[in-house]
Amino acid sequence: MSKTLTNLTIAEARDGLAAKEFSAVELTEAHNDAVVAARDLNAFVSETPGLALDAAKASDVRRASGDVLGSMDGVPIAMKDLFCTEGVQSTAGSHMLEGFVPAYESTVSKNLKDAGSVMLGKANMDEFAMGSSTENSYYGNTINPWKASSGPDAGSDLVPGGSSGGSASAVATRLCLGATGTDTGGSIRQPASFSGIVGLKPTYGRCSRWGIVAFASSLDQAGPMTRTVRDSAIMLGSMAGHDPKDSTSAPVETPNFESAMGLGVKGLRIGIPKEYTAEGMPQEISDLWQLGADWLREAGAEIVDVSLPHTKYALPTYYIVAPAEASSNLARYDGVRYGLRVEGDSLDDMYMNTRAAGFGEEVQRRILIGTYVLSAGYYDAYYVKAQQVRTRIAGDFKSVFEDVDVLLAPTAPSPAFAMNAQLDPVSMYLNDIFTVPASLAGLPGISVPAGLSEHGLPLGLQLIAKPFDELTLLRAAETIEQSAGFELPVFSGGEG
Amino acid sequence: MTYRIVGETGEWEVVIGLEVHAQVVSNSKLFSGASTEFGGAPNTHVSLVDAAMPGMLPVVNEKCIEQAVRTGLGLKAKINNYSVFARKNYFYADLPQSYQISQFDKPIVGAGVVILDMPDGTTREIGIERLHLEQDAGKSMHDQDPKRTFVDLNRSGVALMEIVSDPDMRSPEEAGIYVRKIRSIVRYLETCDGNMEQGSMRADVNVSVRKVGSTELNTRCEIKNVNSVRFVMQAIEAEAQRQVELVESGGEVEQQTRQFDPSKGETKAMRSKEFAHDYRYFPDPDLLPIEFSEEYVEAIKATLPELPDEKKQRYMSEYGLSAYDAGVLVVDRETGHYYEAVLGKNRDPKLAANWVISNLFGALKAESKSIEESPVSAEQLGQLLDLIADDTISGKIAKDVFEKMIASGDDPAVIVEKEGLKQITDTGAIEAAVDDVIANSPEQVAQFQGGNEKIAGWFVGQIMKATQGKANPGMVNKMLKEKLG
Repeated sequence: MSKTLTNLTIAEARDGLAAKEFSAVELTEAHNDAVVAARDLNAFVSETPGLALDAAKASDVRRASGDVLGSMDGVPIAMKDLFCTEGVQSTAGSHMLEGFVPAYESTVSKNLKDAGSVMLGKANMDEFAMGSSTENSYYGNTINPWKASSGPDAGSDLVPGGSSGGSASAVATRLCLGATGTDTGGSIRQPASFSGIVGLKPTYGRCSRWGIVAFASSLDQAGPMTRTVRDSAIMLGSMAGHDPKDSTSAPVETPNFESAMGLGVKGLRIGIPKEYTAEGMPQEISDLWQLGADWLREAGAEIVDVSLPHTKYALPTYYIVAPAEASSNLARYDGVRYGLRVEGDSLDDMYMNTRAAGFGEEVQRRILIGTYVLSAGYYDAYYVKAQQVRTRIAGDFKSVFEDVDVLLAPTAPSPAFAMNAQLDPVSMYLNDIFTVPASLAGLPGISVPAGLSEHGLPLGLQLIAKPFDELTLLRAAETIEQSAGFELPVFSGGEG
Repeated sequence: MTYRIVGETGEWEVVIGLEVHAQVVSNSKLFSGASTEFGGAPNTHVSLVDAAMPGMLPVVNEKCIEQAVRTGLGLKAKINNYSVFARKNYFYADLPQSYQISQFDKPIVGAGVVILDMPDGTTREIGIERLHLEQDAGKSMHDQDPKRTFVDLNRSGVALMEIVSDPDMRSPEEAGIYVRKIRSIVRYLETCDGNMEQGSMRADVNVSVRKVGSTELNTRCEIKNVNSVRFVMQAIEAEAQRQVELVESGGEVEQQTRQFDPSKGETKAMRSKEFAHDYRYFPDPDLLPIEFSEEYVEAIKATLPELPDEKKQRYMSEYGLSAYDAGVLVVDRETGHYYEAVLGKNRDPKLAANWVISNLFGALKAESKSIEESPVSAEQLGQLLDLIADDTISGKIAKDVFEKMIASGDDPAVIVEKEGLKQITDTGAIEAAVDDVIANSPEQVAQFQGGNEKIAGWFVGQIMKATQGKANPGMVNKMLKEKLG
């Protein structure tokens, strides 16, 4: 073997498996070992090494008989614990669902399974996908493999971002070749940026939401988290597809996303939205953004300054819409049918005891916010107004996309921060400031690692494209990736 | 017929609006593939969606949309080509999602009208405010265990149409007729089976009272889940009476949700306004708005059956039936079918109506049978009418034959033959009987000749008796007249 198996990309693993350089079982065993070796990062809520080996064996059998299912066949991945997986505990990072073993498989995880991929375990996450640091998991926080080389956080444990922090940390630490994430307001892109990996949030409706524990139905979208842009293209191809079981799943064809690789950006018009700056944002992020624009220009794209005037309202809008939907979506966790139940003297007591014990602080906070904004007397002022603003935000994008093909912006206003660094909820919410606008508009977005902060931490650049135009998004992302020449270190503990 | 409550301070009028919940006829639930069949073992018709398992999503059953549109057309209502499902949030053990998917400000059907046929032959128009689709909840069973409540989710997610009337009714009777009319319409349309005893149709009854002459709408109480026409009427009476007594004794009607207790004949408070839920309605983000074209509505319209109002008009204009008879015959689609089958090609419509209404309905009622279960088929009743028409039997004998048909299910001709009931039309035989009676009744003959013409009836009776009722009554009359002068 020319390269350590855990250091491979999905594309390399595919080619190696095809060339019979190694087997899926060998590839899986290397990753099972890596998962065990990196337990101190707490990237997984549940490890499923046995199931993974069974799947790998089946993959090898298929390959031996020439029935390879595709690029993902035999590829070890991590599954965010928000996806319901048949026969495997699915917690959503919550005490509420501790011990909950679904009798069904989410569409996306089933698609991946049907494509032959090998699930290594369930990745840790902020409870019910609410958070930007994976500190809100009932199963303990996940640690980012990166360490600051200097500065106040040097040597401290850093957060991997969130909510898909377990997935991000696992991919960055090379515990898996790719991982599923879900993105409601930035939960794929922000942890990808914090962890030095690629995170792709597809167009709303590209991937089925069926079987994914719901946070905010109008925003939730599954996507791949990988080490390369090409890998995201490959993995998305196995996740996406119209699903009649999800009314909001789009009846569109799934293109061969990998076909976008190598096309470059020549002739594309790239918009630079002037509103994507935040108070106190480090200069290095602005500089990187400028650098990104230069790379794209050098690669033949035309750079255009654009304006998305309602951007500043995106965050408050998001923090009304998402909690409103969440307050209703999470109402089903009532202790009656499954999950946690804490008995009480009456039905109401049982509800209160169960939900007080089952939900963590941030989840309770958002349920309260959501309940408030939907209440009689407040609904028009908050929820209705937020929906109106949401329409305006989508309108901003629609009009700039008449002129440009892709937008370039920072992914997050900061690099990864230390654990327990952001104690007040609003400063935590500010992590999403650059990711929520595309979420509200349902647009595809991708974070590509583009450089390092002055303290040696990864920084991502975000690209946003038109609805269902992931192909163009991937073209621009690959250009950034190539120009940045970003090298993901091999972290100790993850070496297989 | 004006309904008034006579109180101590004067006469009161009752104002009634109804929300009828009608279960949609469909094989599967509103948002899942689970069966809607009635009476399965608990929790056997429950999908992952109905149980609100994590990550499960609703997908609308198009059949239910079609049924709602169909019903809207039957209610002569505005069909909304764009409508939205909304979540109504509240916690209860038999509501697995802790929200009911319903429709709020954008229902699938808007304003319409229902015509009530009053017993005096007049009609009343009751406005329909809207019809919307919503999910039913499951069932909590508190009587299965001393400590615990059991939940059956078989009904959870079953599609209901909530048909909301304007506050246009003014008496318990009107409300009863309204519910029956709605039931009749949905049964004609086959959009709801209307079986109130199985819970496929139930009503929330809104009641308020006001002094006669007032046009204000006063605070109302809502009596929830009333499950028979009789109880709807009783609940209104009891509630209106309660409100009048309350107001007259210096109290104030409080907006409340109440329950009717049929055994006590009274309503009792469930929860008052301050404990009313804030349902926090908002558009369900799991579902797209329901949109359809005018062509879709037209296509459904083209399949509508003749509805009771139109059928009634036709019976009156084409068959010359009275408003009352026509109204009675069209209440059920099956009755209309039966009647028209009895009518066949050219039987007498009024005679047929009389036989169906007076004789058949009476017999069915006595045997507690529906018209579909009638032991006498429409064809057989038609044959009976033919036997009367061609003088094979008299109308009186026909009633006996009909009774025997009900009992045996035999064809009328078979019964007439077997029992020898064929009418005597032989002049000789009738003459002999007439002569015989006259000969044996000198006293009565004298009375008749003395001017007592009423006694003619007595003679007829005697002759019929002598012929076991088989003599043709027309011939007997004619002959008597000749013989007695």
